[in-house]
Formats: sequence, structure tokens, C-alpha cells
Amino acid sequence: MNYKYRVGCSIENLKGVRDFIRKSLKAHHVPDLEISEMVLALDEMCSNLMIHAHHCNANDLFELRIIIDKDKPYIIFELVDDGTVFDINEFCEPSIDNIVHQKRKGGLGIRLVKSIMDKIEYKASQGQTVCRLTKNINK
Amino acid sequence: MIHIKRLQEDGADVIAIIGEIDASSSIELDLAIAKSVGEGYEKILVDCSALEYISSAGLGVFMSYIDEFKDKKIAMVLYGMNDKVANTFQILGLDELLHIAKDKSEAKAMINELQV
Repeated sequence: MNYKYRVGCSIENLKGVRDFIRKSLKAHHVPDLEISEMVLALDEMCSNLMIHAHHCNANDLFELRIIIDKDKPYIIFELVDDGTVFDINEFCEPSIDNIVHQKRKGGLGIRLVKSIMDKIEYKASQGQTVCRLTKNINK
Repeated sequence: MIHIKRLQEDGADVIAIIGEIDASSSIELDLAIAKSVGEGYEKILVDCSALEYISSAGLGVFMSYIDEFKDKKIAMVLYGMNDKVANTFQILGLDELLHIAKDKSEAKAMINELQV
């Protein structure tokens, strides 16, 4: 089963993104705690995209896809966008100590995504960038 | 999306967060804590019992006050988190850096100990 959600790059739309993910995963009986972790990771990825690649321009759109195959022990999320690519695999996130001492309010999000997701891949296709996140689930 | 209520109880400022904190609403949490600090409170209790969701933007707000609170001898205790919110703090080990209690009475006992 595939789910698609097109969203404008305003951070006011994050609530709608979270509700879409919750509703889609609930329909497949994914446990609540796992849903909440995936929602958290996707919220981080979407807010990064909205803020850093699109400067919160509500007219810029990207697509979030959820791909669930009931025979596969994982769920795939794809963010399809034509904005600037920011590969979080190449980002060296600050240590927690640094975040505390430098009073940084950012820097935790990418750490969360990497802790929650099992695989993060990027590919370019027909002028678009696809960020694919894979989460293994307990069946 | 988020409502923040403040009330004073036994010399502590109680900040109750209602709703979801994300990149669009974390500023309100930041302002509430900054106000509490600005008004001179040395005990801050954060009621998370109606907090339904917190993203890294909200976690970052709490983290950004750790050093300042140490310098100013301000104690902050968060309490009443549901399992999902508590798990968000645990994923990055932030539950080790912040003071988190199960409920209000445990939070009050903890904050009085921290102030000794």
C-alpha cells in the first residue's frame, strides 16, 4: 500500500504531516510507540527541508510517500523534492555536550533521525531528489 | 496548537504545556521559561501531563537552559510525561541530563532536594 501527501513548506504544516503519518501507519496496526518514533523522525526531516532548503516558502511543495508491504518487515518513507540536497549522512552532528554548552537549540534533530531510522539513502531522478528512509518493524 | 499556562505554587513556577511542541511552536515554550527566569523563580516545575508530542525543537529549548540554570542555581523538574513523550527524551539520553519525575508530588520532592 502506498500513501502520498503533498505539503507546502510552511512549518505550520508539520501538524498535518504528523497526522497523515499516524493515520496511515495506524491502519496497518503498527504499534503506537513505533508510530510515535517514525512520526518524530519524519517531522525532523520535513522541518529541515522546509526551513533549510525552502526557507519556509509555503508555495514550494514536496511530496511525502509511505510505502508499506504487509509481507515486508520494514516501512519505507520517501521525501520527493526539487530543492537543494542536504545529505544528513554527511552531516556530523554536534555532541550533546556541545549542544548544552553552546546553548544551541538545534542539532538534536539529525541525531534523532539517525537513532530511529535504519537506513537513510538519497537518489536523484528526473530533476528531483528522493530521500528514502527505511524503518525495520517488529512483526 | 500549543497552550502554555503558568501558575505559582509553594514558591515554584508551574509551567503547564498543553498540546504539541514542534518547530513552529517551540518559541512559546522558550518564552514561558525565559519569563519565569526573568521574574526570578528558582524553582520551575514543568507539567507535561497534557503534552502530546515534542520534537527536537522543544527538546532543544530545555537543553539550552541547562548551563544557565546551573549558574543561576535554578532547579527545573519536568513531570507527568506520557510514554511516547518520555521515550523521545530517552532516545537521546536527555532523561539523564534533565530532572524528570513521574508526577507532581515526586517533582515537588525532587525540586526541594535540588534546592538544598
